[in-house]
Amino acid sequence: MNAISTYKDRNFIAVIGDEDSVTGLLLAGVGHVDGANKNFLVVDSKTPLSKIEETFIEFTKRKDIAIILINQHIAEYIRQLVDDYDQAFPTILEIPSKDHPYDPEKDSVLKRVQHLFGE
Amino acid sequence: MSGNQRINIFPTRMALTLMKTKLKGAQTGHSLLKRKSEALTKRFRTIVQKIEDAKHKMSKIMQAASFSLVEVAYIAGDINYQVQESVKSAQFRVRTKQENVSGVMLPAFECYTEGANAFELTGLGRGGQQIQKCKETYVKAVETLVELASLQTAFVILDEVIKLTNRRVNAIEHIIIPRIDNTIKYIISELDEQDREEFFRLKKVQGKKKRDQQVAEKDRTAESGEISQYAQPADLLETNDDSDIIF
Repeated sequence: MNAISTYKDRNFIAVIGDEDSVTGLLLAGVGHVDGANKNFLVVDSKTPLSKIEETFIEFTKRKDIAIILINQHIAEYIRQLVDDYDQAFPTILEIPSKDHPYDPEKDSVLKRVQHLFGE
Repeated sequence: MSGNQRINIFPTRMALTLMKTKLKGAQTGHSLLKRKSEALTKRFRTIVQKIEDAKHKMSKIMQAASFSLVEVAYIAGDINYQVQESVKSAQFRVRTKQENVSGVMLPAFECYTEGANAFELTGLGRGGQQIQKCKETYVKAVETLVELASLQTAFVILDEVIKLTNRRVNAIEHIIIPRIDNTIKYIISELDEQDREEFFRLKKVQGKKKRDQQVAEKDRTAESGEISQYAQPADLLETNDDSDIIF
C-alpha cells in the first residue's frame, strides 16, 4: 500500500494536450513553472512521438504531480505506455479535445472496467 | 502444485488437538476474508457506476469549456502564446486526503487555490470579460476532472486490494484447509493403529500368560503324583531280613 508520504506532497495537475486544451486549462490556473520545469506540454503536429513519451514518463516519475490530464487523441499515440501504466499515483485522466470528442471505447480505464464486468 | 499433502508432524493426541485448533482458525479466517472481499466488491461496483456517469458529465463540460475558448479567440484574438508565457505558479492545486473504506485507505483529491489570479491582466486590451468567463468555465471543468481523478485512483487501488483478498481466500480454501484435513485424518488413523497394536499385544500377552499357567499346573500335578508314589508307609507284613542282634 502507498505510504502517505508518497502523495502528501503531490499537489499539481499536469497537462499534455493540444494548444487549445492546454491554453484553457492554464487559464484555470493549473500551470506551474519553476526554473526549467513546466508541468504542461503543448503537442502539435510537429511534436515527435519520443518527446511525448519522454514527457509522459517524466511526469509519472515526478513526486509533486497528482493528476495528469491528457487529450484522448494524444493518448492514442502512446496507447501502449498508457495501458501498461498501473501506478495509483499520479492518476491519468483522458479528456476530449475540441476536434476529438470523447470516445469511451478508447479510454484505458473504462476498458479495464468493461473487462472486469465482461466476466 | 501438491496442495493436498499433509503437514509433517508426529502423530500424538496433543498434535491432534493442535491441528483441530488450526483448522478452526483457518475456517474463521476464510469466512472473514470472504466477507471483506464481498464488501469491497460492492463498493467497487458503486464506484465504477459513478466513474461512468462522471466521465459523461466531464465530456459535456469540456465541450462547453472549449466552446467558450473559441468565443474568446473570436473576440480577443489568439491568447495562447500570452497565456503560456505568463504561467508562473499554479493557483489551482489539489490536496490528497485519506478515507478508510472497510479497511482500505483510499485517497481523495480536494481542490484548493493558492495565490492570486495570475491572469487578471490578460485581455486587458479587449475581451477581458469573455476571458474571465472562459476562465471560470475551465475552473469548473477542472473541479469535475479532479473529482473524476479521485474516483479513478480509488478504482485502481480497490481493484488491486480485491484481487489480493480473493487470492488469499482461494489459497485458504483450496490449499490450507485440505492440508490440515489430511493431517488430521493421518493422525487419527495412526492413533487408531497404535490402539489396535496395543490391543493385539495385550491379547497376545494374555494368551501367553494363560498358556504359561496351564503348563505350570501340569508340572505341579505331575510332580505331586510322583511324590505320592514314593511316599507309601513301610509294609509290616513284608518279610525283611533282619540284621543279627549282636551284643
